[in-house]
Amino acid sequence: MSEPLLQVEQLQTHFWTPDGINRAVDGISFHVGAGETVAIVGESGCGKSVTAMSMLRLIPEPPGKIAGSIKFQGKDLLKLSEKEMRAIRGNEISMIFQEPMTSLNPVLNVARQIGETLRLHQGLSARQAEDKAIEMLTLVGIPEPARRVREYPHQLSGGMRQRVMIAIALACNPKLLIADEPTTALDVTIQAQILDLMRDLKHRVGAAIVLITHDLGVVAEVAERVIVMYAGKKVEEAQVGALFRTPRHPYTQGLLGSVPKLGSSLTGTETRLAEIPGLVPSLKRKIDGCVFASRCAYATDLCRKLAPALEEKAPGHVAACHYAMKEAIAA
Amino acid sequence: MSRPVLEVMDLKKHFPIHGGFFGGVTAKVYAVDGISFSIDKGETLSLVGESGCGKSTVGKAILRLFGLTDGQVVLDGTRIDDMPAGTLRPLRRRIQVVFQDPYSSLNPRMRVRDILAEPIRNFGLAKNKAELEERVALLMDKVRLPRDAVGRWPHEFSGGQRQRIGIARALAAEPDIIICDEAVSALDVSVKAQIVNLLQDLQKELGLAMLFISHDLAIVEHMTHRVAVMYLGKIVEVATKRDLFSAPKHPYTEALLSAVPVPMPGAARERIILKGDVPSPINPPKGCRFHTRCGYAFDRCRVDEPVLKITDAGHWAACHLHDRPAAENPMAGAKGADLIAAH
Repeated sequence: MSEPLLQVEQLQTHFWTPDGINRAVDGISFHVGAGETVAIVGESGCGKSVTAMSMLRLIPEPPGKIAGSIKFQGKDLLKLSEKEMRAIRGNEISMIFQEPMTSLNPVLNVARQIGETLRLHQGLSARQAEDKAIEMLTLVGIPEPARRVREYPHQLSGGMRQRVMIAIALACNPKLLIADEPTTALDVTIQAQILDLMRDLKHRVGAAIVLITHDLGVVAEVAERVIVMYAGKKVEEAQVGALFRTPRHPYTQGLLGSVPKLGSSLTGTETRLAEIPGLVPSLKRKIDGCVFASRCAYATDLCRKLAPALEEKAPGHVAACHYAMKEAIAA
Repeated sequence: MSRPVLEVMDLKKHFPIHGGFFGGVTAKVYAVDGISFSIDKGETLSLVGESGCGKSTVGKAILRLFGLTDGQVVLDGTRIDDMPAGTLRPLRRRIQVVFQDPYSSLNPRMRVRDILAEPIRNFGLAKNKAELEERVALLMDKVRLPRDAVGRWPHEFSGGQRQRIGIARALAAEPDIIICDEAVSALDVSVKAQIVNLLQDLQKELGLAMLFISHDLAIVEHMTHRVAVMYLGKIVEVATKRDLFSAPKHPYTEALLSAVPVPMPGAARERIILKGDVPSPINPPKGCRFHTRCGYAFDRCRVDEPVLKITDAGHWAACHLHDRPAAENPMAGAKGADLIAAH
């Protein structure tokens, strides 16, 4: 097998805080193949965004501390100098953030913001960069690109700002695009436009995508493979179809059961939503057993004492659970 | 037939925009522009729509957090929108609200006990201190928080627990109607399910009427009896949940349903992707407000504003397509299941 585009091994991102170490990401491993779309899902505080930030080394150190290895095209990003890292950010790996309102610079026009990466990484002149910026705006489906390119972020709607963000991210033809909750702040009809755009661009540009989201609907529509995170750990990973059809980890099952399904009134499947009792545990205390044990209906003494390892429960389907049903429980 | 507990008639709220050299009114935001609906006892009506459609403004106008531009709000047969503040005060008890953000909607400098006691004292619902304590304790039971947590401060609770406190505070006044303004939108998936279940239980137990304002159609479908869809300050469609989700009669509703991502990989569904953005409510389009984004718009839509008309029993839609013969009306059929992949 050829080497994957990105190989993350035992990534650990800890933060020092006055009242103890916060183990935001605690030893997760995964890979992303060229052109593949992998989603990382989980609830707030599970470490999914910190994972994304760690991949681009955007975590301030200290108080943060990143350990493990992140191999991108064979190079370990954690061993590069800051200068070498800068040559990768926005060039070979780029990122789309959640907030299109705050992640654009309000005092620079769109041409400057798209052009910045092009001038930096590809040495284009201001003139060339502006032409390329117009081309990028056309690519992301902004009408009247020649006029829009001179405008400032406040003159654009939320959906358009997110399109500009995508244009910036794709300007240098990255091999890997990290999208951190790219549609969370948008309305559903605009979200549908942006998801459609991302799918379309993926076919045309061919970049691999790591999609960070809490929205299982978005995952089902966009991702090929899914990683479920809980309390800084990977608890399950599978192809998208298998994960939704036969979730193996009780947390994934709980998560899927707690989302109301659109159309429940038509199919007569209106049931009470499944609740996951309790709260996500504090990441500041070391958890000896399974991270989900305190909220799991199936937990036993074994779970509270010994953390389960990730095991392959079916081909390509891993879960970290002592009991994770070889026969999946229908969620 | 019993009278609905809340009636809203032709509600309008326009916000002036001040500008120019003398700071005069230069334009108006037509946030809510003539909407009517009613809610029965024990019923949930949901207002759905995207940001800026005016759904939250409707909630605030009913609560009279500001005055109306026009229209009437009738609570149990009594018109309350034009009442002087003093007369309205005791009636405010009957309509309570749960806000979206559990972090900013609780006073960080009040203990939970005082947060819950405030409405009880304000409306004189407890005769003495012992009764007050008892009521606060019962409220904690209702929202399934431990009684001994009343001495704690809001910051000691998680988002979901704070939302429970917010709900308890709304219940403290013994309301007839609760307005939930995006009350579960800010919560995480698993916590959201807890709060949704709690709201449903409480409604059944207390027979509350609920105005559920939300942009999340899956939650709405789960929670509600009837749905009103808003677009740019107008209601474009009202129907029972089943009718609306199985056979949407307005193109905007149809597009909304098809846009919601469903957690079913590979689901075969009909997708309608709207072009462009919601126009500004400062200068809404002439004719039908949706015509700029509607795939079925024809000449009449650009000049003539449609009104809500009955299409089936209990199903209302504001769309000119329904004046056409069924063969020329793409909104005539029941294609909800294809849009949301519910088979």
